[in-house]
Amino acid sequence: MFKSTKTALLGGAIAIASSGAAFADAHGPSACLITKTDTNPFFVKMREGAEAAAEAAGMTLSSFAGRVDGDHETQVAAIETCIANGASGILLTASDTSSIVGAVTQAREAGLLVIALDTPLDPIDAADATFATDNFLAGELIGQWAAATLGDEAANAKIAMLDLAVSQPTVGVLRDQGFLQGFGIDLGDPNRWGDETDPRIVGNDVTAGNEEGGRRAIENLLAVDPMINVVYTINEPAAAGAYEALRSIGRENDVLIVSVDGGCPGVQNIADGVIGATSQQYPLLMASKGIEAIAAYAADGTLPENTPGKNFFDTGVALVTDQPAEGVDSISVAEGMELCWG
Amino acid sequence: MPNDSDNYESVVKTERTETVAAFVDNRKGFMHNLQHLLHVNPALVPLFVLVASIAVFGLLLGSTFFSPFALTLILQQVQIVGIVAAAQSLIILTAGIDLSVGAIAVLSSVIMGQFTFRYGIPVEAAIVIGLAFGTLIGTINGWLVAVMKLPPFIVTLGMWQIVLAANFLYSANETIRSQDIEAEAPLLQFLGTTFKVGADANGSGGATFTYGVIAMILIFAVLTYVLSQTAWGRHVYAVGDDPEAAQLSGVNVRYTLISVYAVTGFICAIAGWALIGRIGSVSPTSGQLLNIESITAVVIGGISLFGGRGSILGPLFGALIVGVFTLGLRLAGADAQWTYLLIGVLIIGAVTVDQWIRRVSA
Repeated sequence: MFKSTKTALLGGAIAIASSGAAFADAHGPSACLITKTDTNPFFVKMREGAEAAAEAAGMTLSSFAGRVDGDHETQVAAIETCIANGASGILLTASDTSSIVGAVTQAREAGLLVIALDTPLDPIDAADATFATDNFLAGELIGQWAAATLGDEAANAKIAMLDLAVSQPTVGVLRDQGFLQGFGIDLGDPNRWGDETDPRIVGNDVTAGNEEGGRRAIENLLAVDPMINVVYTINEPAAAGAYEALRSIGRENDVLIVSVDGGCPGVQNIADGVIGATSQQYPLLMASKGIEAIAAYAADGTLPENTPGKNFFDTGVALVTDQPAEGVDSISVAEGMELCWG
Repeated sequence: MPNDSDNYESVVKTERTETVAAFVDNRKGFMHNLQHLLHVNPALVPLFVLVASIAVFGLLLGSTFFSPFALTLILQQVQIVGIVAAAQSLIILTAGIDLSVGAIAVLSSVIMGQFTFRYGIPVEAAIVIGLAFGTLIGTINGWLVAVMKLPPFIVTLGMWQIVLAANFLYSANETIRSQDIEAEAPLLQFLGTTFKVGADANGSGGATFTYGVIAMILIFAVLTYVLSQTAWGRHVYAVGDDPEAAQLSGVNVRYTLISVYAVTGFICAIAGWALIGRIGSVSPTSGQLLNIESITAVVIGGISLFGGRGSILGPLFGALIVGVFTLGLRLAGADAQWTYLLIGVLIIGAVTVDQWIRRVSA
């Protein structure tokens, strides 16, 4: 009696499970998007891009996010959920680029395609592919623009470097070092910022990538040398904070501020003369290309290919400015506004 | 039959002729006098550390550090933490702790901005709504602590998450740009207005202050007066020292606690307003570490985490010490990690001194 009840229950469970599988099959392959947070406009845009592309490809998309930047645990749990759900692939923006590798390996062994978006894993080949902005090039473009805009004065520039965090995450180092290379400064160790000996660099300080940090960092550096005239910033919120500090001492018009990201408030800040130039990245494109790659993999096992000459798929970067400099390709603020996010 | 052993009063009477209960103080000398002095003036230690650290950095860095510009810059950099630390002090004086202060400040600033820009409410009204909102959250905290008898740590831990999540959901994490605020609602940036003292004809050099710095100093001045000169102030200390004793001696403990949390919420909302002035824009990602930074300032400022003891001026000195260390070490070219290391040492040192002073009354 009991045994037959048990069998019936088991049978029912199997029936439900298989009908669930049938349900999933009817809607084609499924994909997961795992971002660092779901509140940062950059990731919000990424999710929008993924959702639109998934709908176009007839895929089901499940989105996951850490609660705060750096929430590694939730991302691991999300990968496990995706494996359990039998997804075809995962798009991942990792908070902890080396610790996540174990979970990613597990997913790949279970037959899922794992694509790192925006942030390369450590090592980069731990994922099947990386779809990201060339952050070094993004930095290089603003460096070239700043040097070209200053002209001969570039030789006497006094540069403030507003970086991301003392732990020197890869994205911050790449942009910083790219900027210095573009400006024509000897890098020292290209994997580290702060070891340069060029006297034009007044100093480095960290911003946490927000307005408050940007303001404090530039104030600290202005105390070292009040005649700073070029400010590199890791992103546009930090640039906006730096501008406020310069404005409070009446120097907002004789300092060049350059940045990276291309968010809508940042591009608008170029129109308003707060930022001189910014390198725009394309989160929507990263996500939509990622979904297309998972769809192709689910259909016939095709693996995504890298951009020739690079160890990742480059989703492109464009310099946005309304003061084009000779020899540096750029797009206008109007074009930048059309492509901006956030 | 009357018996001597039943006559308790006679026993007491005979005992009273002896002097066993007198406070005989045979600890003398410099250390004891110092201990007593610090017991009476708990803000002296942080004040001494502050003066000493200014002197040390002044000697090391010369005019780079010891200039009106750099010294007033420290004031500008600590204004937000300073205001929040004033609020945090009130809670800690009642032997509580408030982990939600930063979140309240940020959401208040977001409400001021969004109400002005999203709903088109006049900026004056939006600021009042923002201040009222901070007060409301504080009142809820206070009600949960005083009436529901929940531990302050738990209440404010929960409220921190609730308010921060609400902040991100409500604002969609969108920043309101400085230029838009300047053009349409400059009152939001009012506390960021700067003025100079002793600048040269070109307006450069000299000491630079902001209204936010003035607000911070005013808040500390008002709290110093209220805590030392009013009945409410004495009640705050009494509740922090021993709530049962306070209740028995006629203090309305519930009212005192709820009002302390409400005032804290209000002051945090002012900090949110000052935050807009400082960073120009309304940014939902600001102020994430204000709870820890404010507790740091309070502890270094010599207010006892066990409640009921400490001077409200201490946290002002505590916040300034952190500011002096941060800027001084940056100017000296040291790695930012050294700042955190030294602040950690200061925190442990401050608690040690607090325990040592406590022994004077033991």
